Amino acid sequence: MELFHGVNVDWLGKKWYFLGFSLIFSIAGIVSMGVHWAKIGSPVPLGVDFRGGTQIQVQFQQTPDANLIRQATEAAGVRDAKIQTYGGGGTNEMLISLPEQTNEAALDAGRTQIENALRTHYNNPFTVRNVQVVGPTVGHQLERQAGLATLYSLLGMLIYLWFRFQLIYGVAAVVAVFHDTLITVGIFALLDKEISLTVIAAILTLVGYSMNDTIVVFDRIRENLRLSRREPLPDLVNRSINQTLSRTVLTSGLTFLTVLSLYIFGGQVLNGFSFALVVGILIGTYSSIAVAAPMLVAWQEWRSGSGKGVALPAAKRSKA
Amino acid sequence: MKKNLNSKIAAIVAVLVIFVYGIFGVPSGLSGKALLESMTRHIHLGLDLRGGAHLILQVVVSEAVSAETDNTVARIQQDLKAANLTFSQIYKPDPAKPEVIRIEGTNPAQASAVRSLLDNKYSGEYDVTGGGGDGSFAVTMKPLVETALEEKTVQQAIETIRDRVDTLGVSEPVIQEYGLGKDEILVELPGISDLDRVKAIIQSTARLEIHAVVGGPYQDEQAALGSVGGTLPPDEELVHGSGALATGSDADSVYVLQRVSIVAGSDFRSADPGTDQNGLRNVRFTLTNEAGDKFYDYTSANVGHSMAVVLGGRVKEVANIKSAIRDSGEITGSFSADEVEILSKMLRTGALPASLNYLEDRTVGASLGADSIKEGVTAAVVGVLVVMAFMLVYYKSSGINADLALFLNLVILLGFMGFSGATLTLPGIAGVILTIGMGVDSNVLIFERIREEIRAGKAASAAVDQGFAHAWTTIFDTHVTTIVSAGILFLFGTGPVKGFAVTLTFGLAANLFTAVYVSRVIFEAHLNRMKPGQMVSI
Repeated sequence: MELFHGVNVDWLGKKWYFLGFSLIFSIAGIVSMGVHWAKIGSPVPLGVDFRGGTQIQVQFQQTPDANLIRQATEAAGVRDAKIQTYGGGGTNEMLISLPEQTNEAALDAGRTQIENALRTHYNNPFTVRNVQVVGPTVGHQLERQAGLATLYSLLGMLIYLWFRFQLIYGVAAVVAVFHDTLITVGIFALLDKEISLTVIAAILTLVGYSMNDTIVVFDRIRENLRLSRREPLPDLVNRSINQTLSRTVLTSGLTFLTVLSLYIFGGQVLNGFSFALVVGILIGTYSSIAVAAPMLVAWQEWRSGSGKGVALPAAKRSKA
Repeated sequence: MKKNLNSKIAAIVAVLVIFVYGIFGVPSGLSGKALLESMTRHIHLGLDLRGGAHLILQVVVSEAVSAETDNTVARIQQDLKAANLTFSQIYKPDPAKPEVIRIEGTNPAQASAVRSLLDNKYSGEYDVTGGGGDGSFAVTMKPLVETALEEKTVQQAIETIRDRVDTLGVSEPVIQEYGLGKDEILVELPGISDLDRVKAIIQSTARLEIHAVVGGPYQDEQAALGSVGGTLPPDEELVHGSGALATGSDADSVYVLQRVSIVAGSDFRSADPGTDQNGLRNVRFTLTNEAGDKFYDYTSANVGHSMAVVLGGRVKEVANIKSAIRDSGEITGSFSADEVEILSKMLRTGALPASLNYLEDRTVGASLGADSIKEGVTAAVVGVLVVMAFMLVYYKSSGINADLALFLNLVILLGFMGFSGATLTLPGIAGVILTIGMGVDSNVLIFERIREEIRAGKAASAAVDQGFAHAWTTIFDTHVTTIVSAGILFLFGTGPVKGFAVTLTFGLAANLFTAVYVSRVIFEAHLNRMKPGQMVSI
């Protein structure tokens, strides 16, 4: 069985469509982040690990009623509790959240209060499935670290690609990956989904994964550049994309299937994580074809336009 | 041309056996249950899978600095008085800066004398400034000394907490310094969900004290009371022994001790295991200055008498006073290496050196953990089956090759987890699943390349050779970049996320071996059996 054999698509001819598509998504994401910023002071809804505060996941024996729970907590003097159903409602699970505690010594009081309130004022036996109490210090440290980790990871790859290929390949790849990150986070903002620590892990994985796809295409461009130096660059890049298309689609497809399995069967805890991967793998695959490769061509055209020399560096010889 | 593959196949089988051992060890039986049991024994599950409490505590290190400078204030007062140098007050001006001490109102005529006294006695640990016309001095703890003290405080807190957690009987607790700040401690307690009890124990202040021994050991309380004539004087008390240290036999013996301690729990500055001039093991301890003076008065008046080390209301050790002791001394006895270690730890960790703040608290109920395992495993199994089925359909016989490599990849990954003692978390399971997807990428790259070579008219063995050779560069680059991002995730991540980085990195490293080496050997074994001119099924 073979798919995509002998395809001959003029990818670069469609670069304006690609640009338009990427811009629409990026801008939609950025606008949505701006709206969130104005509303809640951060570009995306943050999970409790970044935001700080208390979050208790409770499973009741009978179908819980959010209003009764609110009455129970308020009767016990707990104000500002946010009460949501969790996991689609079929599991009788509720998520009860309290806003950030500024007093670190009293950090844990809210949890005990809520549990006691439910025990005394709400007649529905429950088990506590998960508790997260995060103080403001830890939250802010994590926020900073998540940003730094993403930044270092991009930087590390830029340097590696610079070393293995040429600087322009590294820049193109990093721009493509940044594009993926931006759109993925933008979609979280658009859908109002919380970004937690595991989502950051998923995004960092996407950085690596999208880079994979880009490198496969770049590797082929480099190889073809060595073999046929006369061919115009746009044709050569098109040919390289077409040659690797089968692999790109297969691999992304298979990885997408595994991640989809994770999204469907992996449970609520990993929901955000697997969602980020599902979205990111699609975008990452798209960007290696539609963003990274056209950038190489654009760069070369700009160079020749400004009279600084014509050829894209044929890249260092690969040894590994 | 046929290649001899025996040694390569032997190597692959050996790797397989080694890593299967890493997953299961030597299982007690071959039933599913026995295998599962030995698997969970070898592969550590994270808190999010087996349930438990995860706490991040902050040690208020400034308290320790403050306590140390309080001591110094007292010492300076004594020293100045002893040298007949006058001053109006010595105090710490700013509660937010516990490392700064001010001396005010010294006689300007005595400025140089004060200065040289301070320089002589305190310049090792403090910077001394001032001494101008206003007669005031600032004595500031050196930053290096302060940092060292803070580090020591955190270490002490960790040891204290560890000792206390040990009393809970938690299996495999984790208590360690935490990366985000210098003063933070990570405590992980698998299987614990009743946090209130844990917190009560961690924060309790079990006291360690030294008391004068009036008499003992006695068989029981009756005998002890008998020795003091039937009624206990108000300034004495009965204390039971504990058999944990030294002799191991005085668990139920009773001592009569002076009620007021000679040395209180907060009086110890440090304690370390050591050996005396005869090569006997001992514990060397240092007391704070005031306590040292008190201790000197007592011990010089009571050479030959006994003192008891009392921890948490039980006599841990009874020692003979051989000579007067001031602020440093040693407790000698017939100790084993372990006991010396424990005793010095007890002396150091009897009380928490500073109070604790809770920064973070995550508790996963055991039921949620079990559900997570079930869901994670389901997702993994579905993912693996889908990928394997696809490879079989798309690449025909070569798909078997890829599936074998993929299977071995998983075995190596799990075996590695077993050997390294790394923790498998729920995101870690996701990492395993992702490894399947990304691992199969190497096979796809190679197979697609082989197809291209075949289309270009190459013979079977040449096509396989070329396919592997060309794909290798790409595979290497893609693995390095992914491992870079996983590595950064490992450095920055915490708990569950770290688990994800670990499985992803191990998985991809193993993939370099399985997709390139193992898959190659399988191809060559297949080529060996083919008739000339026949094509590989791909």
